[in-house]
Amino acid sequence: MVSGNIQNANSTFLRESTVMKIHYITGLGALFVVAVHVMMRLVVPFSTSLEYENVINNYRILWYALLLEIILVLISIHGFNGLRIMLIELRQNAMWEKFVTIFTLAAMLAVIGYGTRTIIIANGL
Amino acid sequence: MVYESCKGYGSETWIPLNKKTAGNDHQTVHDEGKQNVLLRVLRGDMFKKTKRSFSTFSVPVRRWTTVLDALIYAKEHSDSSIAIRFSCRMASCGSCGMIINGIPRLACYTKISELGYDTVTCEPLPNFPVIRDLVTDFQQFFNHHRHMEPYIENQYPVPREEALSEFKQTPRDIDNYLQFSYCIKCGLCYSACPTVATDTKFPGPQALSQAYRYSADNRDDAEKKRLDIVDNRHGIWRCHFAGSCSAVCPKGVDPALGIQLLRSHLMSISKTPKTLADLRKIDDDKD
Ligand code: SF4
Ligand code: FES
Repeated sequence: MVSGNIQNANSTFLRESTVMKIHYITGLGALFVVAVHVMMRLVVPFSTSLEYENVINNYRILWYALLLEIILVLISIHGFNGLRIMLIELRQNAMWEKFVTIFTLAAMLAVIGYGTRTIIIANGL
Repeated sequence: MVYESCKGYGSETWIPLNKKTAGNDHQTVHDEGKQNVLLRVLRGDMFKKTKRSFSTFSVPVRRWTTVLDALIYAKEHSDSSIAIRFSCRMASCGSCGMIINGIPRLACYTKISELGYDTVTCEPLPNFPVIRDLVTDFQQFFNHHRHMEPYIENQYPVPREEALSEFKQTPRDIDNYLQFSYCIKCGLCYSACPTVATDTKFPGPQALSQAYRYSADNRDDAEKKRLDIVDNRHGIWRCHFAGSCSAVCPKGVDPALGIQLLRSHLMSISKTPKTLADLRKIDDDKD
């Protein structure tokens, strides 16, 4: 007899292996785009790279704004899934799992939405 | 010299066992190759809910004395109520796992002389509910093991009994899973696992490595079923690869490797060729 608290079936929307594949791909992708983003700081003198005008100009270059959006999406997916993994380990009941999944998914969408809004506003759209 | 008797639970008791060496308390005494060590045993009873505390015994040991020998000596000569579990005394049954000087080990497989200390501290395995003293409850552990369907499965009926009833495997086929079949289910890896400590639904290194052991066997064709079992929120993905399971295994099994190999099967990076299982399937289709 298998005890009641051993999970039997995969009754979730996405299989855990699919979620983890997404986790690894977004992690590797983020590593690449963040490296490009950090290296872009070196195109202009480092001291001026974070000045207001410079930052706003970056947003106005389409490919750079796209890069920032990709960073935002990849980091949010990877980071919030990491948080979900940590929280899910803390307690072993279906309610908690559901709460953690919904909470992290909602937080992820909120961060992506807010960040995208910032990029759009900075573009003057 | 006043000999103090055992006071039982709840007190730190010091019991001289050997008149010759009792005066030296727990200091090491050389006596024709014999010396005394201080054996500290963490005692407690989940039914009486007594506060756990150490009982202390002085035990004469020789070069070959194991921790289990010392515990049995203390049980025979000082306090028969010490609860320990053992059977084979030769690292085969997996009953005598406990924390010895801070590390999960088999008591029958740990020589006191090799520990290099004159104080030996025995505690029950963590990540297992304690029943009494050094005896822990393995129910959850065995449930996880059973849940992995740890046996060779072949869904297809044997079409030609005489042709397929004998499964011949090459040494290479056996190498795929051999080390994992040495597992004696002692639970040391389970007790050392940091994920098991926080997540009781996590099957643990033993069960996961056994899932790999049977999946890597080319006589078995239930790999998909086992991959489904381990592929859930509390399943194989929760392994952090701390590696402590492999570090403590007394049988040389590398459960952390088994977990990573099973993961690579789940990610479809690697696969075990199932020649024999396939042969059965092909034969079945022909009929
Ligand atoms: S893998 Fe090793 S440590 Fe774990 S239960 Fe089996 S024999 Fe014991
Ligand atoms: S008594 Fe059997 S493994 Fe120790």
